[in-house]
Amino acid sequence: MKFDTPAGSNPIDQLKVVGHPIDRIDGPLKTTGHAPYAYERHDVVANPAYGYVIGAAIAKGRITAMDVGAARAAPGVLAVVTHENAGPLGKGSMNTARLLGGPEIEHYHQAIGVVVAETFEQARDAAALVKVTYAREEGAFDLAAVRDSARKVEQSASAVGDFEGAFAAAPVQLDQTYTTPDQSHAMMEPHASTAAWDGDSVTVWTSNQMIDWGVTDLAKTLNLPKEKVRLVSPFIGGGFGGKLFLRADALLAALGARAAGRPVKVALPRPLMMNNTTHRPATIQRIRIGCTRDGRITAIGHESWSGDLPGGQPETAVDQTRLLYAGANRLTALRLAVLDLPEGNAMRAPGEAPGLMALEIAMDEMAEKLGIDPVEFRIINDTQVDPGQPDRSFSRRQLVECLRLGAERFGWRNRDPVPGRRRNGRWLTGLGMAAAFRNNLVMASGARVRLDRQGRVTVETDMTDIGTGSYTIIAQTAAEMIGVPLEHVTVRLGDSRFPVSAGSGGQWGANSATAGVYAACVKLREAVAQKAGFNTADAVFAEGQVRAGNRSVSLAEAAGEAGLVAEDVMEFGDLAKRYQQSTFGSHFVEVAVDAHTGEVRIRRMLAVCAAGRILNPKSARSQVIGAMTMGVGAALMEELAVDRRHGFFVNHDLAGYEVPVHADIPHQEVIFLDEVDPISSPMKAKGVGELGLCGVGAAIANAIYNATGARVRDYPITLDKYLDRLPDVA
Amino acid sequence: MRPFTYERAASPAEAAAAAARNPGARFIAGGTNLLDLMKLQIETPSHLIDVNGLALDRIEPTPEGGLRIGALVRNTDLAADARVRRDYGVLSRALLAGASGQLRNKATTAGNMLQRTRCPYFYDTSQPCNKRQPGSGCAAIGGFSRQLAVIGGSEACIATHPSDMAVAMRALDAVVETVRPDGTTRSIPIAEFHRLPGETPHVETVLEPGELITAVTLPPPAGGVQIYRKVRDRASYAFALVSVAAVVQRDGTARVALGGVAHKPWRVEAAEAEIPRGAKAVTAAMLDGAKPTHDNAFKLRLVERTLGAVLAEAKG
Amino acid sequence: MEAGIGTAVGTAVTTLAGPVAAQAISRESTGLTVRLKVNGTEHDLALDPRTTLLDALREHLHLTGSKKGCDHGQCGACTALVNGRRINSCLTLAVMHAGDEVTTIEGLGTPEKLHPMQAAFVKHDGYQCGYCTPGQICSAVAVLQEIEAGIPSYVTEDLTAAPQRTEAELRERMSGNICRCGAYSNIVEAITEVAGRPA
Repeated sequence: MKFDTPAGSNPIDQLKVVGHPIDRIDGPLKTTGHAPYAYERHDVVANPAYGYVIGAAIAKGRITAMDVGAARAAPGVLAVVTHENAGPLGKGSMNTARLLGGPEIEHYHQAIGVVVAETFEQARDAAALVKVTYAREEGAFDLAAVRDSARKVEQSASAVGDFEGAFAAAPVQLDQTYTTPDQSHAMMEPHASTAAWDGDSVTVWTSNQMIDWGVTDLAKTLNLPKEKVRLVSPFIGGGFGGKLFLRADALLAALGARAAGRPVKVALPRPLMMNNTTHRPATIQRIRIGCTRDGRITAIGHESWSGDLPGGQPETAVDQTRLLYAGANRLTALRLAVLDLPEGNAMRAPGEAPGLMALEIAMDEMAEKLGIDPVEFRIINDTQVDPGQPDRSFSRRQLVECLRLGAERFGWRNRDPVPGRRRNGRWLTGLGMAAAFRNNLVMASGARVRLDRQGRVTVETDMTDIGTGSYTIIAQTAAEMIGVPLEHVTVRLGDSRFPVSAGSGGQWGANSATAGVYAACVKLREAVAQKAGFNTADAVFAEGQVRAGNRSVSLAEAAGEAGLVAEDVMEFGDLAKRYQQSTFGSHFVEVAVDAHTGEVRIRRMLAVCAAGRILNPKSARSQVIGAMTMGVGAALMEELAVDRRHGFFVNHDLAGYEVPVHADIPHQEVIFLDEVDPISSPMKAKGVGELGLCGVGAAIANAIYNATGARVRDYPITLDKYLDRLPDVA
Repeated sequence: MRPFTYERAASPAEAAAAAARNPGARFIAGGTNLLDLMKLQIETPSHLIDVNGLALDRIEPTPEGGLRIGALVRNTDLAADARVRRDYGVLSRALLAGASGQLRNKATTAGNMLQRTRCPYFYDTSQPCNKRQPGSGCAAIGGFSRQLAVIGGSEACIATHPSDMAVAMRALDAVVETVRPDGTTRSIPIAEFHRLPGETPHVETVLEPGELITAVTLPPPAGGVQIYRKVRDRASYAFALVSVAAVVQRDGTARVALGGVAHKPWRVEAAEAEIPRGAKAVTAAMLDGAKPTHDNAFKLRLVERTLGAVLAEAKG
Repeated sequence: MEAGIGTAVGTAVTTLAGPVAAQAISRESTGLTVRLKVNGTEHDLALDPRTTLLDALREHLHLTGSKKGCDHGQCGACTALVNGRRINSCLTLAVMHAGDEVTTIEGLGTPEKLHPMQAAFVKHDGYQCGYCTPGQICSAVAVLQEIEAGIPSYVTEDLTAAPQRTEAELRERMSGNICRCGAYSNIVEAITEVAGRPA
């Protein structure tokens, strides 16, 4: 099915099942420990051997010698795979650095081998017996130091009007630089895979957000035809972009299994993960805003510098600045430096997450310069069209409504605009806010739907559920379309034998994947109607029956002994080009800062979101509060600390890389505006899982400023950065 | 984790003797630190002596009016003990500031005292570390040192001691009781128990090989207002940037110990005379001679402000 | 009828064949025989002494509800109850638990018969990816017992008084269980609901 005209009325609009806050259908399995994750497939793989990954001890250089004799001779060892005996390997199209390094080393903890043994304990011990000698080479590890060598990237570059001239002429100007650090996804389930060969075909039970990308890249890396590779990933213990791609666990499990001649499972040890896998790259961002005295933006410029390995990608931190606010003169630019740190790549809301951390502080600073309330300042500069292409409108844009409602519900009018004046005992308190913005992406997505002789529906798609609620919203979609109770729908996900879906990333999953299920269900409805002898257009699907006129046939009967099956792919036309599709929101935060020590406690958080139809308010709300929590981490504590001499992230475990714990997070409020967006898909939904992160960090930063008067432009906002600016309490 | 043999000891003397027979042996009780380090091969014992069966899990009054805390008393139980909560609040609070509920349920009094540093370079076996591999060098000096020591360090090591409990114990003048492999016992004042790194940062305490902690003794209650204040980047389940243990008397005198600043719980008794002059004066005296790095210089100001908060709170 | 999802789930509990050891521990470098009592059932396992309780549960008993998030006591995903107390099962050796009563998430309830805490997590959506969830639930069950037993926490205002089931207490006590999906607000609501029920 091709979606190329705005959706009209369709069966989803009935909202009998879709749109309800239904408990997740995978809840009983997850809460009882019965949901099987990649390393736990005792149900399908008996007696696997264990692989333990060895990581490079240098950031850049070469392996000059590798002695695996002692490891090979260690008790229980079945195989040792390194670059010397792995055979020729390709490189996945989504990978920047090779997943099995050596002799050349591209980054710290790049995998250089796997030791396979009968038990985990034997494999781990033997891995430590591998002796590696390196020739270390100089590398570039400090973004600030190589900033001037960064090359301009055409992607995301834009120029509208005369930015420089308009900025120079603006009566009120802001020109500030902000930095965001390298961040780690730090999902709770480590990257893990169990691999088993059958002849020259391999099956990998893994933890991956994008099944087809994974199949493609594993086949490419192993030099196999794609049909010889199967990936299965029904449960994924968090991804956040860190499991978008084939990673070393899957490749080394496959290589280890081939070498050992039996199934092998591999999980990345936690202390290896942060340097071995991808991360969100650090940025340096310069923002210039020029305004009239009454608060209208006349010039807005956003430039960002980031680094990556040779052949890598920039962090697209300036994209939202092309679309979020009005202004006749605009400039965005990206520059990319070569760094020999581990591979930078997507982490939840790539681009917008760090971009808004900077832009939305800048907006707060500008509002203060203007003496205009920060909420009002944003409202003044709203635009209903793409400011760079004014003939192109947004499909739906309710930013102003999000701002107004949020301000009202949060009690924004109680904010003291003068910072550092509210003190309650040991606490300085303050309020902050920011706008939220994230583009809505759509991706082609396929599904197969079966109707069996009992009238039960089974959906199969390689879509993944990384905690987002895919199982549940897909079941809701099928139940709505076919007219059966939710309990009569079975959803099977994450298997490359199923139709290729959008996968989970870029907050495109929910809308795109359910649209694919919609397409397959439309086909199934046609097949059912035909079987029952109805005209498809007249057929009504409800309560397990298909009806037309005054005749009805049960779905079970229509399915017959053999059942019916339908498969389709939802493909998206050029609506995304004709309209700008984005999601909007506002974040409001109250913080308390200890007047003595500078410790920050978040007292209240509110997000208001306008993101199309909300398919399941319960799981959608969870996506938003989870993103807000990640935003707290980004604002207050998360930073991969770079050793600029040796080129690695020093705090590479969950004790060193702090993410928020229960005690950091207060009760969180989320409001969804009533919205449908017929431009996005027949589901009329948009993404929401990343929107919730966008802007949170800046709202917290602005609240800390309001509480203390200390403006911090370098994340994370740890107390050492403003301790000397706190009011004297002695 | 290297292979090891395992045995259970039935008495403290037997445990110490077993350790003497096995030069590569380590005692294991809670295991929360030792197993963590064994998995990374930072600790590589060839033999483990499980001491959990020793009857060292009681908290008993001493004839002097203090408390004798068995080496195996779990952190949770010590923090929850009614006498500790009433008379040694700083200790209860310090214990509860550390780790998580799960870890406190396993971690023991003796093990907590013997916790090893959380310096990230100590934990990364690809990096040189004089504490892990004597003579290999210190990667932390000149590296990422935000969490590390500002005072008492050396050219060989700038690690900090990670314990909260030990900081309170230092303020309370606790005494460590041990048994040696030859069966003799001794009492070590906590001030003398932990060492500064000097040239031998791998030697962290004055314990001799095979010597086993059997108890930690607290003197009679010190009274006063007892406060433990821990400052960290997140609200819980994190190691201290700095911490302050204080016992403040009505007459304005106080005992103060610091965590997160040195290779051992940091107390300078002479500095306590400065209490009437305020936090700034006390901090200046306690941290006289500090050699912070660029990354951790903020700790000096943070100690002063945290101590200021504690003294203000003690005044009520 | 329940909504299904498509993965067949085995809950096999393996019992290794072989003679029951006369004593719990024999002194060998490998292949100790350990009798573990898990969720009410005794198992005799031949284990490498290096095997953690977590790996004994996951790899030998195929009780994979206890999760390995970090294997270093930094995340809480492996939380299980031993003799009624919550611990990180990754930081203890299986051989040290002969004779102990181990309760895992599988021992609290089943998909067909959820424990009240499990049901509250489903109702309040106190999870997303599900990987930290068993540890959160085991911890939550223990937290309520700890408050009931009068064990204080860092945020207990008066150390000499009995702690209360406030949100601040729950948040502090649950802080050893990291949820990167960020379900904390919902988890606390789930625990609060269970705590509010009559004992």
